[in-house]
Amino acid sequence: MAKITFITHDNKNHTVDVQNGLTVMEGAVQNDIPGIDADCGGGMACATCHVYVKDEWFDKLPVKEDGEEDMLDMAFEPKKNSRLSCQIIVSDDLDGLEVSIPSKQS
Amino acid sequence: MNKTDALIIGAGPTGLFTAHQLKLIGLNCEIVDNLDKIGGQCIELYPDKPIYDIPAVPECTGEELTNNLINQIKPFDIKIHLSERVDEVKKEGDNWIVKTNNDKEFLTPNVIIAGGVGSFEPRKFPVKECEKFENKSLFYSIRDKKIFEGKTVSIFGGGDSALDWAVELSKNSKVNLVHRRDDFRGAQATVDKVNELAKEGKINLYTKYQMSSIEGDDQVKSIDIKNDNNETKNLKTDYVLGFFGLIMQLGPIANWGLNIDKKTIEVDTEKFETNQKGIYAVGDICNYPGKLKLILSGFHEGALAARACFKLARPDEKYRFEFTTSSKTIKERLGVKGD
Repeated sequence: MAKITFITHDNKNHTVDVQNGLTVMEGAVQNDIPGIDADCGGGMACATCHVYVKDEWFDKLPVKEDGEEDMLDMAFEPKKNSRLSCQIIVSDDLDGLEVSIPSKQS
Repeated sequence: MNKTDALIIGAGPTGLFTAHQLKLIGLNCEIVDNLDKIGGQCIELYPDKPIYDIPAVPECTGEELTNNLINQIKPFDIKIHLSERVDEVKKEGDNWIVKTNNDKEFLTPNVIIAGGVGSFEPRKFPVKECEKFENKSLFYSIRDKKIFEGKTVSIFGGGDSALDWAVELSKNSKVNLVHRRDDFRGAQATVDKVNELAKEGKINLYTKYQMSSIEGDDQVKSIDIKNDNNETKNLKTDYVLGFFGLIMQLGPIANWGLNIDKKTIEVDTEKFETNQKGIYAVGDICNYPGKLKLILSGFHEGALAARACFKLARPDEKYRFEFTTSSKTIKERLGVKGD
């Protein structure tokens, strides 16, 4: 279990408990966090679960697999700390993770 | 006006199999899709990715699945209207009038929405001011490449579309190619070609840059591009092209008076009918307790929605359940010989 904080575009913090094994995207969807569309359902095929990972967390996450960077090319305003939240799998190590959600996904 | 027993919106796997089910029980149908090809997400998002959970098909790609479904409906004469987006649905008596963006009209008692997560639209630049130049000097697809001759064109993107057009337009135009990172995801041969042209000075390559602003009155005059270190460059340009792939938008469906929750349409699980009589939703776009977004679920939902269509299309007849293995009528419809 990890506590994950989603910062929505209106600067509101939403902290939720997410079970180990789920993805950060699933944690957002299950908790009705606004701004994570996840159109393709986690297939790394749409870039609508795009988040910005807080800098101190970015290097602690497992590195991107092939294909994630390709999809990020299509994301709305990608930055250095961009990730697809469907590709981040939750574990105890991610307790305290903070991610911000872009102003929109498309 | 096209009259049909059922109109299917979406030519993905669910739409295709639903058409098969309608024809099998003796109803006619037509299909409309916003894309210029058949197959929906299977073709647009993952044509080469293997799928492992189609019953009785241990492994197939999105493209193979689509081709097999097209083969399966070959015995039937089904009109598929591609590059048409359904914009409007209006009630008229016991029928629905359905209009597309190109003013095609359909009259039908049954509308089956098999629209996946909506229609595919090009992803746009995040810079808001881009809107005012759209389709004048800023484009997300190219209809007539002649307009770029002798002009400066700034192309954004790192996939095959961006690279192919950069190579092609560099023959007769001054080309800037801007991409957010050093790696391109296009075909290696094209990437090599782009690098070669960049060395020869025929393409100006700006990697790790993204657009930050756009200037101009009626026409684009210049753009600013910015990198991760906040360094800005100003590029004079006549045209801007963006190739960021496609995104699914629910689009006009949102305005049809259907119960929509999180981009999906609520249906019952007997007929897969929406809150509007004669409008059904099947596949990824429908929602009910326990819904799984799997292709196999779409097949089941389509089969049931097709039976529900029978009642409205043939109010004076009774639907009789038959197996394809034994029904003479079905075999005739399929054009296969009986025993």
